[in-house]
Amino acid sequence: MERTEPIANYSNAIDDSDVKNNVIRFKNDIEPYLYLFPSAIIFATFVFYPFVKTVYISLFLTDPQGYLSKFVGLQNYIDIFKSADYLNSIYLTLKFIIMTVPLEMIVAFILSVFANLKLKGIEVVRTIYTLPIAISSASATVIWMLLFNPSIGFINYILSFFGIHGIGWLTDVKYGMISVSIVNVWLNVGINFIFMLAGLKSISKDLYESAQIDGANVFVQHIKITIPMLSPTLFFLITVDFINAFQEFGVINIMTQGGPVNSTNVMVYSIYRDAFFNFRYGNGAAESIILFILLLIFTLLQFASSEKKVFYK
Amino acid sequence: MTDYVKWLIKRILLYLVNIILAFIVIFPIIYAMSVSFMPDSEAFQYPPRLIPHSFYLGNYIEALNSVPILRFILNSFIVSIIVTIGQILTSSLAAYAFAFYEFKGKNIIFAIFLSTMMIPGEAIIIANYLTIRQLGWLNTYAGLILPYLSSALGIFLLRQFYLTIPKDYYEAAQLDGCKRSEFLIKVVIPLSRPAIGSLAVYSFLMTWNQYMWPLLITSTDDMRTVQIGISMLQWSDSQSFGLIMAGVIMILIPSIIIFIFGQKQLVDGLNAGALKG
Repeated sequence: MERTEPIANYSNAIDDSDVKNNVIRFKNDIEPYLYLFPSAIIFATFVFYPFVKTVYISLFLTDPQGYLSKFVGLQNYIDIFKSADYLNSIYLTLKFIIMTVPLEMIVAFILSVFANLKLKGIEVVRTIYTLPIAISSASATVIWMLLFNPSIGFINYILSFFGIHGIGWLTDVKYGMISVSIVNVWLNVGINFIFMLAGLKSISKDLYESAQIDGANVFVQHIKITIPMLSPTLFFLITVDFINAFQEFGVINIMTQGGPVNSTNVMVYSIYRDAFFNFRYGNGAAESIILFILLLIFTLLQFASSEKKVFYK
Repeated sequence: MTDYVKWLIKRILLYLVNIILAFIVIFPIIYAMSVSFMPDSEAFQYPPRLIPHSFYLGNYIEALNSVPILRFILNSFIVSIIVTIGQILTSSLAAYAFAFYEFKGKNIIFAIFLSTMMIPGEAIIIANYLTIRQLGWLNTYAGLILPYLSSALGIFLLRQFYLTIPKDYYEAAQLDGCKRSEFLIKVVIPLSRPAIGSLAVYSFLMTWNQYMWPLLITSTDDMRTVQIGISMLQWSDSQSFGLIMAGVIMILIPSIIIFIFGQKQLVDGLNAGALKG
């Protein structure tokens, strides 16, 4: 259920005002409503109705079957904000964001700079850098769990050359969040790479030439030219990455189940646990609404940033 | 050192860096593939081997026999293909209304449709689960498919594309006696193949890779999808890495094929916005 996705940015593909003159406008009758009907039914049933229902459930206690038993007003909200587990899950989500988003951006930036060079066969490299976006979180996690295996895994093998031995990637409280973050960075670099490469391609070569004449080396050129010119894309990607990170569930459910010792119990995992294991649907619904509000803020920022991109030049 | 030698060394270095980076990025997949060809004795070896001794196919045969993996693959194909076609149909129709018609409430309906992108699936998953359960659709294709049959993103993407279709085309079609509904099928949809291609690749991959929704609403082997199936392999008693990796590779093949052939559409679709900035 990942509806908030970066392609939302397609909005800028075409500037409406350029096109309006070309387009035919059929007159008002029943036909357009018929065309909208299938989508309207789906949205009403599986987006708007469940949204209202979630708000409604969040005001009730439920029995283990999920049937509403007692109206409690905002009590569920009060309860979750008094619960150390829930507050911890917010903290862990923020920690997860800090451990993934900057790294995703930095790695993608490095990859896109190298993939933007004029080299024969660079297309192959670009395909490889983008490839992880096609990989599901489930298969990625299963593969990485083998790499993280404490006794025969490849990562501990490599580390043993540096005198580091026997790290319990998935069992040690210190490393659970790190392992989950590594898999997520690997999965999400591709989407950042695509946007950054496109951003780099659109930067005029003249800028670099004049910087070269002024004697700036490649590193300085990237700091002084690339990053500022790319900043609208970077800001947009930060919001995309934040939204994705808030929604993290798959890797954690397969790899750590929120553990070891609750150290990866992020917000969506906490919703899942409260609703589908503890059968506290009311609490789960209240947590869902809090998640929605947080994500709404970032989605609005994302829209604002894609607007900004249009008017940047 | 001549300029040419300098230039050559620089190029070689740049190639080298790219090759190393590419190797690191793709390493997990290559590693999974090589372990999938190793018998247990080899997969459990320390230090871990990178290249299998021989091209051992036992894991694939065992994975096919011991786990209903073909059933998972079939389920995922059914769900992903129907969702993809469904999204293309519903999005094309809605986008046609938004791009070519003037009608009452158009802007507000458009805004309402787009607002669905602001409601993350995870935030409404409890309520959707309860709805599907109430309808008796747990462990059914209907439950897996219906919630995803339309997409605001798809509508948006196609509408933007439709808006670029010149007026002359409609006038010409009208002269040929083409009705409005025929204009959609005969002119607009064929012209929009690039945008439809982007939507198709995107929705297929999203559905194929879906995890949380099928995890919640399927509990029987015959209805599980690939992503749930593969994570079950992980926790199965056998714990044979070769077997697990053979399973992973089998379910990765469709996504990788679609990615490689649809890469251009996917990247173009994603970038249509970014390029303007």
